[in-house]
Amino acid sequence: MTNKIRVATTSLAGCFGCHMSFLDIDERILELAEVVVFDRSPITDIEHCSTDCDIGLIEGGVCNSENVHTLREFRKSCKILVAVGACAINGGLPAMRNFIPLEECLNEAYINGIGVENAQIPNDPELPLLLDKVRPIHEVVKVDYFLPGCPPSADVFWKFLTDLIAGREPSLPYELVHYD
Amino acid sequence: MQTFIEDLITKNNYQATHLLAVLRAVQAQYHHIPKAAIEQIAKLLLIPRTQIIGVIEFYSFFHLTPRGQYELLISDSITDHMLGKHEMTAYIEQKLNVKLGEVRTDGLVSFDNTSCTGLCDQGPAALINGYALPHLTPAKIDQMADLINQQLPVSAWPKVLFDVKDNVIKSSLLLAHCIQPGEALHTAFKRGLKETLKEIDMSGLRGRGGAGFKTATKWQYCSEEKTDEHIVVCNADEGEPGTFKDRVLLNAYAHHVFEGMTLCAAIIGAKKGFLYLRGEYLHLYDQLNAILADRHKLGLLGQHILGADVDVDFDIEICLGAGAYICGEESALIESLEGKMGVPRNRPPYPVTQGYLGKPTVVNNVETFMAAAKIAVNGGEWFAAMGTEKSKGTKILSICGDCDNPGIYEVTFGASIQSILDDCGAKDVLGIQIGGPSGTFISNTELARKIAFEDLATGGSFIIFNNTRNILDIVNNFTHFFAHESCGFCTPCRVGTSLLKNQLDKIVNGHGSAGDVVALEELCQLVKTQSHCGLGQTAANPILTTLERYPELYQAQLKKISYEPGFDLDAALETARRLANRDDAAAHLTQVEEG
Amino acid sequence: MAKTIMIDGLSIPFEEGQTIMQAATDAGVYIPHLCHHPEFSPHGSCKLCTVKVNGRNCSACTFPAMEGQEVINNAKDLNADRQKITQMLFVEGNHFCPSCEKTGNCQLQAVAYHLNMLDDHFPLFYQHREVDASHADLLIDHNRCIFCTLCVRASHEHDGKEVFAISGRGINKHLIVNSESGLLKDTDVSAKDKAAHICPTGAILIKHTAYQVPIGERIYDHQQIDQVSLNSEQVDHDK
Repeated sequence: MTNKIRVATTSLAGCFGCHMSFLDIDERILELAEVVVFDRSPITDIEHCSTDCDIGLIEGGVCNSENVHTLREFRKSCKILVAVGACAINGGLPAMRNFIPLEECLNEAYINGIGVENAQIPNDPELPLLLDKVRPIHEVVKVDYFLPGCPPSADVFWKFLTDLIAGREPSLPYELVHYD
Repeated sequence: MQTFIEDLITKNNYQATHLLAVLRAVQAQYHHIPKAAIEQIAKLLLIPRTQIIGVIEFYSFFHLTPRGQYELLISDSITDHMLGKHEMTAYIEQKLNVKLGEVRTDGLVSFDNTSCTGLCDQGPAALINGYALPHLTPAKIDQMADLINQQLPVSAWPKVLFDVKDNVIKSSLLLAHCIQPGEALHTAFKRGLKETLKEIDMSGLRGRGGAGFKTATKWQYCSEEKTDEHIVVCNADEGEPGTFKDRVLLNAYAHHVFEGMTLCAAIIGAKKGFLYLRGEYLHLYDQLNAILADRHKLGLLGQHILGADVDVDFDIEICLGAGAYICGEESALIESLEGKMGVPRNRPPYPVTQGYLGKPTVVNNVETFMAAAKIAVNGGEWFAAMGTEKSKGTKILSICGDCDNPGIYEVTFGASIQSILDDCGAKDVLGIQIGGPSGTFISNTELARKIAFEDLATGGSFIIFNNTRNILDIVNNFTHFFAHESCGFCTPCRVGTSLLKNQLDKIVNGHGSAGDVVALEELCQLVKTQSHCGLGQTAANPILTTLERYPELYQAQLKKISYEPGFDLDAALETARRLANRDDAAAHLTQVEEG
Repeated sequence: MAKTIMIDGLSIPFEEGQTIMQAATDAGVYIPHLCHHPEFSPHGSCKLCTVKVNGRNCSACTFPAMEGQEVINNAKDLNADRQKITQMLFVEGNHFCPSCEKTGNCQLQAVAYHLNMLDDHFPLFYQHREVDASHADLLIDHNRCIFCTLCVRASHEHDGKEVFAISGRGINKHLIVNSESGLLKDTDVSAKDKAAHICPTGAILIKHTAYQVPIGERIYDHQQIDQVSLNSEQVDHDK
């Protein structure tokens, strides 16, 4: 058990689509489970990374302060950090808010929007604050590998992880490289 | 306005090639180019409005939105910084009540940075409505503030404010003995034009702009092009920060320069010549035109020059630039002469075969034409006797920065850097920027090196830094300069110079971490090897030449962590904090993870 | 005997007046490019087609083929630089492929796939750029413009119009259109213009056609740009 490769995953400003796509490796997950153990991840419900994770898979870009903390935890705990999917790589769809000033976004959502009652911008200290821009994760921490796609296909996950586990330098053939 | 523009276009003979001249006049009159003016000019010159908008947005001195009636631009070159540019900027902001980069609310005055104004030996310098203001002092700024508030036109301001000095300190072959107007042409006609070209060939004269192409060969190639329309262009777009020798040559030796151009015209068979004068030298424009008029009277320009056996007809037109360093690149300069954005052309074809309006064109530097004129008088041997094997004759340097006597020095090729430093009284030297930002930074361990094409080539810029100066400040100023001046034509330079600027800022501002210098150097190599023209190919030189000599300086800027964001994380939460009215601990982020 | 140049060790014939790009394409050798199109005068600005000619970097699309040239094209270092240049184009603009209707048919994306580009490498510029959807049949999304000037050239050289132009300097360069209002609807552009169909990215789009071909069945979903490009451009050269 202890010899297994520890993999942690999370979704920051993402849609969990990359996680869904990962699970599309279907029955190959059994093969994977022979050599891999999942640490912090939505599929295990473990809340914090163990300190000795081998691989961290990050879906989604960085849109708020909580994302920054999570990302730092992953960077600190994982030997290899992987940006998974369009949002982690360049901000993706959430980053399309970057071209509207944050104040306008919040006012539209919480103050002036149609049907808003008790207009007020949420200020509970429990809530993470939004960054003025949604950023790709490599602008906040050092990233070792990138898996493009929206989402990357199950085969991308499979190819990447099997390469890495087998000690090969991961590479993606032409058919697996997609940004959409 | 309609009549103003009609008159203007008539004066410019409805020539679309004169677009810059037209826009300069409109900008001077209305302090921007109004939309209606664009429409009218497009109709009258029969060019698409997009060409006009493109030109306006390309050149720094043209604006689509109103500037002040007094457009004040302060020179942002490193030498201006060293002479107190920041203090003067603050004083101007306070005294004129206008922030840098803004137009005062009453519209009377606007204030902004501009690239090197070529007054490096008498900075900090500025331009007011295009006219050079050397050596700014608080007293002069007080005086200017009064003049502006009285709304006195710049033409009526005291002349002493515009007193630009020549500061010629060391003269040799070119500067020591003036030739008489017409002397070079007389001698050349007497000797024969072919023989005169041979003399120039024998002199070993190479282009003085920095690239060093052999002048006689260029003239020969151009003359061999079978057409009856050849063009001579004098490149006086002296934009390399730290260079000002062409300003002095055109102020004190203009006859020599025009004589050299006319000689070239006679040899290659050109009837038309242009002096492309950088916009920053507007103060020379009228006097240069007066000299051209004199030369017409003397029979040195116009029809059948000097009544020579060979029929030489030649005219020179002065065209002003409008704030674009790239126009010093010869093909960009030609585009600009044609009334377009100054974007360097693809080569081949080279200008000698297809230049201005597709005609064979010789483009030479101011100093080159002057040297050619003197060689025509004194012979090739006279010139070749000085200098080194590969670099004949002398080089005129613009010396500025930390020395007792900044100014113009004509040195013999092969002169050591140490001898030049001794000449100008430079002490406690840290390093010298040779050839301007696009050239080389050398350290004080390399003072035995020589000014020569085969060692340290320079178009004339020679900026001295003493040990009180911070190398990274210098490099940062130069790197910002290139990002500002990139024409944007090719990807590696357009994007690369801005990436270089951002990456260097990150390091200089103390946010760099382990991999950042490596990333910087990789980017430098990419911009250097992949860019379209000399600007991009040299834009990384300030970083590369200092990184090579002072790697420890860059390393010292780096934090001992593996990564730090290139943007301010906590500042990125500012808007959200304000809107949620929060300032608790969780409402902040540290720049790097603690512990 | 035909004149030849050598590209990556292959002898390639050429006709006088041809560029290296033309000679290579005719001989079935792909040189990556974005601003080049065989029907229009070469521009030489994207710099993806940079090849080493006798040791010196040259743009294959503008540099004339000359007897005896030794050209290096498909080399590791050149392709690495091409990838970096492509990444520059991605960070300069705002390219969100999943939300772009050109995805799968986009040459910028396809070149990036071809060069095995997996990330943007450089920090993004976050430039604020507009969308001009004023025209009934066309739209411009400035976020995706890479300044290749193909629309400028197509409009001028093929359509006999001057609908598009590039304005500004350096990183502030931008595409403008020829109307007093500055809007596309007030220009004389038509969806039938060559210029409306030439954009290699999703910057100029024909409205109402977006998803006629589903994602997954588009040009570059199954074919690499080298083949697509050679197939179409060899024919063009033969014209």
